Amino acid sequence: MSALRGSTGAAGGATTDRPDQPDRPALVLRGLAKSFVDVQAVDGVDLEVRQGEFVTLLGPSGSGKTTTLRMIAGFTRQSAGTIEIDGVDMTHVPPHRRDVGMIFQNYALFPHLTAAQNIAFPLEMRRATRSEIKRRVAEALALVKLEGLGSRYPRQLSGGQQQRIAFARAVVFHPRLLLMDEPLGALDKKLREALQLEVMHISRQLGATVIYVTHDQEEALVMSDRIAIFSRGRIEQLGRGEDLYDRPVSLFVADFIGESNILRGRFERDGEGGWLARGNLRWRVAAAQEDRAALSDGSAAAIVVRPERLRIVGLNDPAVAAPGVNAVEASVRDALYLGSIRKYELMLPDGQAATVRRQVGGGEREWQSGDRVGLIWAVNDAVLVADPNG
Amino acid sequence: MRQLRPVNARSGRRSREGPIVNRWALLAILPIAFLGAFFLVPLVVVSLRSVTDFAKPTGDAFANYGRFFASAANLRVLGNTFWVATLSTVVCLALGYPYAYLMNIVRPRVAGLLLIAVLLPFWSSLLVRTYAWQVILRDTGIINTFLLDSKVVDEPIPLIRTTLGVMLGMSQILLPFMVLPIYAVMRRIDPEYTKAAANLGAPPFAAFRRVFLPLSLPGVLAGTLLVFVLALGFYITPALLGSPKDTMISQFIASAVQQRLDWGIGSTMAVILMGLTFAVLVIASRFIRLRDAFGSLEES
Amino acid sequence: MTDSWRQPHRLLLVALGALTVFFLLAPTLVVVPMSFTASNSLTFPPEGFSTRWYEKMVTDPQWSTGFVNSAKVAFLTAVLATALGTLAALGTVRGRFPGRNGLQLLILSPLIVPVIIIAIGMFSVFVRWKLAGSIAGLVLAHTALAMPFVVVNVATSLRTVDRNLELAAQSLGAGPVRTFRRITLPLILPGVMAGGLFAFITSWDEVVVSIFLTSARFRTLPVEMWEQVRQVVDPTVAAVATTLLAVTTTILLLALVVRRQAPAR
Repeated sequence: MSALRGSTGAAGGATTDRPDQPDRPALVLRGLAKSFVDVQAVDGVDLEVRQGEFVTLLGPSGSGKTTTLRMIAGFTRQSAGTIEIDGVDMTHVPPHRRDVGMIFQNYALFPHLTAAQNIAFPLEMRRATRSEIKRRVAEALALVKLEGLGSRYPRQLSGGQQQRIAFARAVVFHPRLLLMDEPLGALDKKLREALQLEVMHISRQLGATVIYVTHDQEEALVMSDRIAIFSRGRIEQLGRGEDLYDRPVSLFVADFIGESNILRGRFERDGEGGWLARGNLRWRVAAAQEDRAALSDGSAAAIVVRPERLRIVGLNDPAVAAPGVNAVEASVRDALYLGSIRKYELMLPDGQAATVRRQVGGGEREWQSGDRVGLIWAVNDAVLVADPNG
Repeated sequence: MRQLRPVNARSGRRSREGPIVNRWALLAILPIAFLGAFFLVPLVVVSLRSVTDFAKPTGDAFANYGRFFASAANLRVLGNTFWVATLSTVVCLALGYPYAYLMNIVRPRVAGLLLIAVLLPFWSSLLVRTYAWQVILRDTGIINTFLLDSKVVDEPIPLIRTTLGVMLGMSQILLPFMVLPIYAVMRRIDPEYTKAAANLGAPPFAAFRRVFLPLSLPGVLAGTLLVFVLALGFYITPALLGSPKDTMISQFIASAVQQRLDWGIGSTMAVILMGLTFAVLVIASRFIRLRDAFGSLEES
Repeated sequence: MTDSWRQPHRLLLVALGALTVFFLLAPTLVVVPMSFTASNSLTFPPEGFSTRWYEKMVTDPQWSTGFVNSAKVAFLTAVLATALGTLAALGTVRGRFPGRNGLQLLILSPLIVPVIIIAIGMFSVFVRWKLAGSIAGLVLAHTALAMPFVVVNVATSLRTVDRNLELAAQSLGAGPVRTFRRITLPLILPGVMAGGLFAFITSWDEVVVSIFLTSARFRTLPVEMWEQVRQVVDPTVAAVATTLLAVTTTILLLALVVRRQAPAR
């Protein structure tokens, strides 16, 4: 049984008094894998999480993110690889000795215990004294701003209140790690957005290291220091939100995060540099992109451009021929007004669709359905990736 | 799920993880040992006695079976058991289906009361209920006293010691076993189906016959099976309400063992009864899942 | 909807339902007023009001010891069946092992195998084991008959327990034993208690096996009633029947209330 850790002072300080090796990662996953009888759910995950970092595992359902979380919690034994928490190998440590707080999707509040008894549970398991339990429960209730609701049973609390109690229960014993499995998934949009900020603020305030699982990319972008994009049991890309959005390493990431225009073709090289060729259309690729993607001549590839990086100009606009710009002729199929932005659905000559988003009120010309226009983007705004389906 | 890469093609659905035996299984050892010693061993011993206990020394292990099937009286008992069980099942179905249907369409409060009306008899003593029928049906009982007093008849009409009496008592006792499985199935039928049928132009009775009735059939099968199987083994009720010619297998077994001390023929009959019971269950299990039939009793 | 209740087929359905309720309850309840008759014979409507048959039941040692024996056997059966049945439910619902489905059927089979066969089987075995005619023998026999009801009730409540609650307890620092004691057991307790009460009723009302496993020196109330019902027309039997009914009904209602205590989310 792990001893009660954490300061006896204010509610904060999950990590402040931690044995001082600030450089040691809070969590290290190496080659982590899990195979069930007939599926490979997690297939070689490597991840290093710093103390106090907020890392989100993001991916579609079945991509292995929840299985990874359950292996960290110890509910599922890995088939291969290692999990280290605070430098200690967890392979043979049962869940109740891992000292890891977890918030479940449905909160898993014990229905036969009151809110306060729920929060006291981990402290009782660690044989805290009665007076300490009382004090820490009160602190935890204050932390989530639910003073006075301690004597309620879970069923007497609203969804948002239950979520807060689950949070208080998971942090009250100052765990080494805080795991959250889509903890806001059951709430309506407005409450979810408010709680995103609250969970983020309190976690930072406590200095807690958080591993957060979600399939909601917006939630991931709002809350996380870093995001790990999961696909087919692997981490496809790991990085800050900006990295993922601006520099996706694969078609999957580009498609999964945000809206993308994906122009597929073949990668070609000539004396001037790299191109993406598609029928008789050819678009220049930035040298930096070319280096990063490291594609061989003639391989299937795609360039990805975010809708707000595309511009629409008149067919005879000089911008079409400007250096460092790619252009293509297109026709406007739909011009949609969405309040703060305008969204245009365009069709390229070969029938492919493209989406453009422009801020309203920027003094730009408005286009109508049926207009024949030039579609342009800066060469540096496009990302080159391999096209595995090409 | 589509993202998951199959490791082998042995099975299409996602299997649960873990070993074939887990530690929880150990908890079942003690109760299983208990049932083995005090329930299975007795059944095995009875079965063995049918081929080892003989009234007269014989070299034929199946002499008791030969003796049993050679007697027309014994076969009559067998036939009568089937006849009474069938009658009781029909009565139960005729009363039970409409009752379950009613429970399904009334307000939840009323349904709760109707359910209690089924559960009270379900759990109350079979002996007490049979005794009550005796008090009602016998020659000096409630019905005959009333009929005599009001000069409708001159002498008591035969109610007790008749097949009718046995059937009344057995149907009343078995009715809950018909109602509960049917109700359990009906409750799971989405009411939208009937509404959809109405929307598609089906008049109420057609909607019932074409949509609701077929969906409720698994419950009907489960209830019918349960009532029939239980009726085959009735003892107390036919003994108190029936005449000697209404004798059922269970009574035959009891009197063979208790009065004639003829364990050979008694256990032979027991094996036959057990065989009939399992035969009905096996045949029925081709049409329904047995656990549905018995599972529905759990929700009681 | 309200109007449709006046439609003829609905009226017919309600009438049939009322008739069925009457058929289910009325014949049995007839013994209640009759047990309070002042006359020496069972007549309906009963003549006068008197508790003399109850007094006779209490003072007659045959009936009163039968009552005490029944209560003892039923209580011990409830305890033993609850313990074994809860273990069996945990083992078969949570356990994973080959042949689990078959085992679940075996546990339920005392409900299906004709009771007379169980009775003569137990009799012939228990005589050899020197268990026939003893309270221990009857408790063991009734436990086998009552266990399915416990298993079924506990299994039902066990299946409604969210496994995440147990995982949550573990992540909060509770080992397997403490998780069971603090989380699982409290959550299935209503099912366990209801199962115990059903086990009590099963034993309390059991006749056929009891007929074979009791002796003249040790009889339960239903066996005593079975012996007398075929000879005596004395209203004492009605008083005994009413007593049996009253106990069963009380415990059944208790069980239904207990089962509703499940902490629902």
